[in-house]
Amino acid sequence: MTFVRFTDRPPFRNPWAEFERIRQGLDELSRTYIERGKGQGLANVYPALNMYEATDRLVITAELPGVKVDNLDLSLEGDTLTLQGKRDRRQSESGISYHRREIEAGSFSRSIALPVKVDPEQVDARLANGILTITLFKASAATPRQIKVNAE
Amino acid sequence: MTEQELKIQEKKAAQLSGEQTKNELYFAPHVDIYETDQEVIVIADMPGVVTDDLDLSLEDSILTIQGRRLPPAQSGRLILEEYETGHYLRRFTVAETIDQERIAASLTDGVLTVRLPKIQPLQPRKIEVQIG
Repeated sequence: MTFVRFTDRPPFRNPWAEFERIRQGLDELSRTYIERGKGQGLANVYPALNMYEATDRLVITAELPGVKVDNLDLSLEGDTLTLQGKRDRRQSESGISYHRREIEAGSFSRSIALPVKVDPEQVDARLANGILTITLFKASAATPRQIKVNAE
Repeated sequence: MTEQELKIQEKKAAQLSGEQTKNELYFAPHVDIYETDQEVIVIADMPGVVTDDLDLSLEDSILTIQGRRLPPAQSGRLILEEYETGHYLRRFTVAETIDQERIAASLTDGVLTVRLPKIQPLQPRKIEVQIG
């Protein structure tokens, strides 16, 4: 049997302490939920994008399986990047029977607002193995500048 | 013809036969499977996989498609994450008898195409009777 000494108790009970404990628990729950469900359901327009930020550039990646380079259009207008394209339906041969059909064909168009100003002259985009990688360099005004501190 | 708009398809976790020791993600690629008189064709979306990292096997009529994906290049801080990257794994039981020697696979634009030729039943041979 554990023996609780009287002095272990706080001098007076905070009536809100229990609410605080519940709130923290809920915070924690929603945090883990967000972490787990991250990447799912965040985007509702195809394609889903990942964006990385480095000191001088932004890198955007997307999974575009089955999209040919000729069928992909990228445009940059101010701070808005637009991706447009389509995935062709395969030639349906005669006399085939489908067992499963999960892959969809169709067109897509998505515009996103870039978080920083970018240099429109320096954009690099490549499509390899179904992955699109767009590298945008930040405009010189948006790149952080190193400030040298002089000792006196 | 109006084209339909592409939608984001949720990635489903692959069914592994055992638990992984490494904490890696495996997704089941979306597939189309169809059949002609001569062959069974499996098409799978596996963006990010290169030919060298692709593993295909047909054992006891179970076709296993496995693709290992290179980790995405670390190019800074992730500020938007709408999809997760992982390896690909999916298994199918193939009912038809397949000619193992002639299985062909190709990978273009992140889409895998596997052609599994069926073994043709022996054609009844016609025997001509010569009139002597």
